[in-house]
Amino acid sequence: MEFQDGLAPAAESHEDILVPADDLREHLVVVGNGMAGCRAVEELLARDAGRYRVTIFGAEPYVNYNRIMLSPVLAGEKTFEQIVINDRAWYDDNGIELIAGDPVTGIDRGAKTVKSQSGRTVGYDKLLIATGSDPFIIPVPGKDLPGVISFRDMKDVDTMLAAADQGGAAVVIGGGLLGLEAAHGLTLRGMKVTVIHLMDTLMERQLDEAAGWLLKSALEGRGQTILTGANTEAIYGDGKVEGVRLKDGREIPASLVVMAVGIRPATALAREAGLEVNRGIKVDDHMVTSDPDVLSVGECVEHDGNVYGLVAPLWDMCRSLADGLTDQHSGYKGSVTSTKLKVAGLDVFSAGDFSGGEGCEDIVLRDASRGVYKRVIVKDDRIVGAVLYGDTVDGGWYFDLLRREENVADIRDLLIFGQAFASGGGALDPKAAVAALSDDAEICGCNGVSKGQVVSCIEAGNCSLDAVRANCKASASCGSCTGLVENLLAVVLGDDVKSGPKTMCKCTSFTHDDVRREIVAQNMRSIPEVMQLLHWSTPDGCSSCRPALNYYLLCALPGDYVDDQQSRFVNERMHANIQKDGTYSVVPRMWGGLTNPRELRAIADVVEKFNAPMVKVTGGQRLDIFGIKKEDLPAVWADLNAAGMVSGHAYGKSLRTVKTCVGSEWCRFGTQDSTGLGVKIERMTWGSWMPHKFKIAVSGCPRNCAEATIKDFGVVCVDSGYELHVGGNGGIHVRATDLLCKVATEQEAMDYCAAFTQLYREEARYLERTAPWIERVGVDYIKSRIVEDDAGREALRARFLYSQSFSQEDPWAERAAGAQAELHQPLAPIAIAAE
Amino acid sequence: MTDWIDIGTLADIPQRGARTVQIAGEKEIAVFRTGDDHVFALVNECPHKKGPLSQGIVHGHSVACPLHNWNIALKTGEAQGADEGCTPTIAVRMDGERILIARPVAMQAAA
Ligand SMILES: Cc1cc2nc3c(=O)[nH]c(=O)nc-3n(C[C@H](O)[C@H](O)[C@H](O)COP(=O)(O)OP(=O)(O)OC[C@H]3O[C@@H](n4cnc5c(N)ncnc54)[C@H](O)[C@@H]3O)c2cc1C
Ligand code: HEM
Ligand code: SF4
Ligand code: FES
Repeated sequence: MEFQDGLAPAAESHEDILVPADDLREHLVVVGNGMAGCRAVEELLARDAGRYRVTIFGAEPYVNYNRIMLSPVLAGEKTFEQIVINDRAWYDDNGIELIAGDPVTGIDRGAKTVKSQSGRTVGYDKLLIATGSDPFIIPVPGKDLPGVISFRDMKDVDTMLAAADQGGAAVVIGGGLLGLEAAHGLTLRGMKVTVIHLMDTLMERQLDEAAGWLLKSALEGRGQTILTGANTEAIYGDGKVEGVRLKDGREIPASLVVMAVGIRPATALAREAGLEVNRGIKVDDHMVTSDPDVLSVGECVEHDGNVYGLVAPLWDMCRSLADGLTDQHSGYKGSVTSTKLKVAGLDVFSAGDFSGGEGCEDIVLRDASRGVYKRVIVKDDRIVGAVLYGDTVDGGWYFDLLRREENVADIRDLLIFGQAFASGGGALDPKAAVAALSDDAEICGCNGVSKGQVVSCIEAGNCSLDAVRANCKASASCGSCTGLVENLLAVVLGDDVKSGPKTMCKCTSFTHDDVRREIVAQNMRSIPEVMQLLHWSTPDGCSSCRPALNYYLLCALPGDYVDDQQSRFVNERMHANIQKDGTYSVVPRMWGGLTNPRELRAIADVVEKFNAPMVKVTGGQRLDIFGIKKEDLPAVWADLNAAGMVSGHAYGKSLRTVKTCVGSEWCRFGTQDSTGLGVKIERMTWGSWMPHKFKIAVSGCPRNCAEATIKDFGVVCVDSGYELHVGGNGGIHVRATDLLCKVATEQEAMDYCAAFTQLYREEARYLERTAPWIERVGVDYIKSRIVEDDAGREALRARFLYSQSFSQEDPWAERAAGAQAELHQPLAPIAIAAE
Repeated sequence: MTDWIDIGTLADIPQRGARTVQIAGEKEIAVFRTGDDHVFALVNECPHKKGPLSQGIVHGHSVACPLHNWNIALKTGEAQGADEGCTPTIAVRMDGERILIARPVAMQAAA
């Protein structure tokens, strides 16, 4: 052994643990590497970092992660890495010995040792039991079949993801918080989900009948089947699960059954060790069990007759525990809990007691059109419970009043309208609302962070959402308190806030990526629907979000979505480019930059007939006719159409031009028919709507006369084939393309072009050109999707061509034929002679 | 006494859209219909660089100018946010489905 230099290296874990000979500190052994166990250690370190030597045993083979975030992992919104609370470095930096994947199997209180499954024996001075809960498995036939699981840890999530990959049907038994989050995740993963719930109301422990009903209809609207009042008789299957049979004889086929009917405190270890156990392990106010050297926190304990199944109480318990272990006894007084459902787009909140009863009064607000239901239960002028559905912004405020047992007699009449109204003013200023919260009001329920803690974190110099998330964890988990944290930033810093992931616009707290994901996940079909489901804060959005939503829906629902003209910028509505004097410029399409006498004659005629003051050759090899009045546009288009020309889309977030050089047909250097390929590509891609403008070019040899390497998609022909380049643009910040790959045939060049275009259409944010998009996601990612994944490329290409089958109508021809004439004409011209 | 001119019906203007009215000798007028079917009229010129407001995106009771995205309040004609400027408003009255605007007497007198 080599501890001679007096340092105390972290002990290696072989059989038992090795302790540096000079470490005389008391040894704290923690059983359970979960949320409570690790939080207890964090609290202890914050008070007196050197006092105890710490060893943590964990049954799961992972570092400490945020269990409540398993739901977003299942839903595909987070990865495991993103929900880790303390990584390896944390254990190492704090000299904590982590023994993961090796559960403790016995405690010998006489010898003060614990023994683990692998046979390790470790002595302790203080023992902390934080074993959490075990999922309750209903004792029906078939409960042990492969494919029947619970929803408690990362392993369960892995099993569900594997099952979802196979597709098919899943049954979730239990319509509580956990069951509904499992059902939501599995639905998003593409499974057909049925929820079986014994009671008549979903989440009956948190919701009353009215809110439960609203929730049920919303979930059914998302394609889940919800069976309430349904009693499971058996799970059937031959060698693996095949379905669930109800008492009334109904059978529901399923390849996966998730039991989420409740949890039981994990007390076996404590019971065998002879500790006093009732429903949970009995503890006093300092979290000490019947043995003064054995402590316990988390879901496994029973305090004052109460057992908890949510995280908020753990934070209070861990504070009292750490106070006790560092001789500053404070004492735990029990917790009042509140609940939120973590299903995107469904806001459900409940707190306290809403069963009604003697002396209780209900204050109820329903707004059917907004899908809002609020109920506050008041007893003796104090709030004792609240149920909110659809609009939960005031949840924190009600909960704060409830916990502080505030007298609400004065504001009773306005209470139900929420904090902004009830605290006077009337104006709904969310900043004033958070400013008015008390310092110990809870902001982040997932991580137990109070307003006071967030404010001091900001005052310590963390001036952005990301910095706050990193330093005090507020809003770092489910994100439902992001709005509150942003408002606190604004209150503390005034206008100097550096915001984190940018929200789409001021009408929403969601980012572009969030909105896009939810549009697809919830199969939203119109702009008003998106705004309703995602709680837009304005009645009909603004000039930033409306065009973006219109595009996202158009891209998600080709052929189905009805374009909203009023959500398009003027150029796309008028199919021409507005100029600074309010007139328009018109650019007819010239395939690959080719033209002919007939087209040129038609253009010349239009210029003369409509007195266009200027014609110019554009950078994209087209002719631009300037100074056309909006009233004349349909007539101009009719004339151009007559000569066979269609809209050049020089005005749109769309394919602009395919620029070509003369190539092998004429040029002595040319290696391939660049002009011909350019024309084919333009015929394939024209008319497509994009997140931003999109330019293509094809050069016949590396001399690159068509400047293909500053285009969104560029082809440079070489002797042996075609080099494909992506992500370039001219403009203020010139960016040369990245080489995507080289292909051998013209057909492949076309296929890769279609696939790349579709990837950009589906994944870039609105108004993000290919250059910043590729810098954001990395060219390796693009290669992995387009070059390395043959099936994926083919699918993208097919989706592009499918979408194109609806978009290659010439908008000019429709307008020239009279469509939407009102856009070009004033209301009845009024001739009132000056008097 | 205000003199009112009938310029058409609500249905002539798309929701969240605008149409223009041309009166001989007057500046063009933009008549807006909002998402909640209120009707407003402004001179069709942005206070910034005279952008045609009738071509902007109408949201809430504002319009975003098509040229440089200033937001103009439909009720007052004032630029919102950090921008400053004001476009003249024209009084509007609804008579059932029909839209009436005030005859611009003042302008004529000034002319
Ligand atoms: C999917 C899901 C979503 C949830 N969502 C929410 C929510 O939105 N809000 C909320 O408030 N709560 C939520 N909860 C509940 C919350 O996660 C728990 O209240 C919390 O994790 C309890 O912490 P704990 O430390 O007591 O138990 P755990 O976090 O379960 O930790 C116990 C740990 O001890 C380990 N262990 C057990 N026995 C042994 C042994 N003998 N030896 C070694 N290790 C052992 C276990 O493997 C486990 O890792 C959710 C729970 C789940 C499963
Ligand atoms: C509202 C603003 C703009 C309008 C209406 C507009 C319009 C056009 C038009 C009509 C063309 C002709 C070529 C074609 O058909 O694609 C063109 C070319 C071009 N534009 Fe713009 N443009 C605008 C802004 C910009 C900006 C901001 C940049 C730089 C950041 C830019 C860079 C270019 C370049 C480099 C070309 C030449 C492209 C080529 O050779 O393919 N444009 N633009
Ligand atoms: S890019 Fe090559 S082939 Fe095309 S015109 Fe220039 S030199 Fe000729
Ligand atoms: S002219 Fe209206 S914003 Fe510039």
